[in-house]
Amino acid sequence: MIELKAVSKTFETKEGNVNAVNNVSIKVEKGDIFGIIGLSGAGKSTLVRCINRLESPNSGEVLFEGVNLADLSNKELRNIRHSISMIFQGFNLLSQRTALKNICYPLEITGVPKQKAREKARELLKIVDLESKENAYPSQLSGGQKQRVAIARALATDPKVLLCDEATSALDPNTTTSILDLLAKINRELGVTIIIITHEMRVVEQICNKVAVLENGNLVEQGLVSDVFRSPKSSVAKELVLPRAKATEEIVKGKKIRLVFDGQSAFEPIISNLTIECGTAVNIIAADTKDISGKAVGQMLIQMPDETNAEERILSYLDRHSISYEVINDD
Amino acid sequence: MIEFLKSLFANGMGNTYFEAVVTTLKITLIGTGLAYIIGAPLGILLYGTSKGNLFPNKPVNAIVGFVVNILRSVPFVILLVMTQPIAKAIVGSKIGDNAFIVYLVIAAAPFVARMIESSFKEVDGGVIEAAQSMGSTNLQIIFKVIIPEAKPSLIIGSAIAVTTILGYTPMTYLVAGGGLGQIAIQYGLYRFDSQIMYISSLLLIILVQILQEVLNTIAKRCDKRIRNG
Repeated sequence: MIELKAVSKTFETKEGNVNAVNNVSIKVEKGDIFGIIGLSGAGKSTLVRCINRLESPNSGEVLFEGVNLADLSNKELRNIRHSISMIFQGFNLLSQRTALKNICYPLEITGVPKQKAREKARELLKIVDLESKENAYPSQLSGGQKQRVAIARALATDPKVLLCDEATSALDPNTTTSILDLLAKINRELGVTIIIITHEMRVVEQICNKVAVLENGNLVEQGLVSDVFRSPKSSVAKELVLPRAKATEEIVKGKKIRLVFDGQSAFEPIISNLTIECGTAVNIIAADTKDISGKAVGQMLIQMPDETNAEERILSYLDRHSISYEVINDD
Repeated sequence: MIEFLKSLFANGMGNTYFEAVVTTLKITLIGTGLAYIIGAPLGILLYGTSKGNLFPNKPVNAIVGFVVNILRSVPFVILLVMTQPIAKAIVGSKIGDNAFIVYLVIAAAPFVARMIESSFKEVDGGVIEAAQSMGSTNLQIIFKVIIPEAKPSLIIGSAIAVTTILGYTPMTYLVAGGGLGQIAIQYGLYRFDSQIMYISSLLLIILVQILQEVLNTIAKRCDKRIRNG
């Protein structure tokens, strides 16, 4: 549905050129909830703006349903933008319009009659659970409510794709969860493909099926969320998957193993069995369990004991129980 | 108090004051209106053509900016003398109220343009980006997003513009126009009647206060960013 082919974007600044996005290729299929994750300054926002051409890439192609956006006239581009909606970290609602009239705006500019636009806006307010707030101005709404209005506004033109630029980053954890639930519902019930830019792994965990990891403008990893989560290859992905581990990894010297449990193995007493079977004690440095697409997935970092043969015994135990692991050596 | 006020108008000046207030208001409001008609498009042009904006255009921005700055830096009295041929061409005379309105507009339009430009610049860039992402045209962004979002600031700007223009009106005495300023100069300066000068100045002050208050109240009322229940 959306395909980015070797997209690069460079900004000229006084301090020289900045490669915000470097040779990134991504393919988003219809119905995906596609996460693009990276730390701040990784080029995520620039990349997502290349998709609706708020930024034009210096090289590479952006295809929307097979059409290269660079080939479009201004008018055709504006029409395509009715099919690619966007929501923002700062909500960006019109402060002098009520919630209802904010939702009417995209309909107004496409020439929908006023009465019809209002009806549609009321329906959308129902979808986002804000029926009672149609006459409230943005200043009278909470952050979560503002984002709900923004989502309703983004849905007004029946878009095929919804771009979310750090849409939950300004919200507290509970509100984030409810907004993500709403996005998942929109994806499920209205069939809208969603692309989510975020720096929070929990956002990707909660609703994405695919993920791309960006670092300094480069695409370092992409694939199904469950795959990336099970065996993150890049250091950024590892950091995002098990955040506190890296710091402890450096403090605790010696050989360490990172274990990944998925599905039912997360519910078995693996470590207890391991210590009994291998006859050695292990030190747990960090551990975390997460819900990835309805499956419990756990990560654990353990320190290898100093005893001879211990490593061999532990690794063969892990192999026998088909638990994915990765041995981490110092440096 | 009432006796005192009566004594002020006892010398048959009541009508003169009334006519002067009307003339001053007429010159001010027509002048402001025309200054906005000319200044507003210039303000939109200055804003829109600036770097990274809706329709960036360096040459246009530089030329309009230069003309506006030149007109704003020439003192009004001198501008009034310099632009006499323009008044003659437009209203057929270099003197009188109508000619004075021409001078006012030439002086005030660039000021209004900058005022509008600065109000527009206050509009959150994110809101404009959102409007672009929804497929708005530049005209829709200006008329449906920027102007409504900047409305409170534009109204406060108009209060500053109208009071500044009111402050220019006493200069009418230079071109044989009428109004409160003309009375103040004529009686105060040439006839040493300071009482009449003080009264007409007082009337000017009252006019400024009323215009300022009314417009500021409207601005506050229409601003939905303020939580007022």
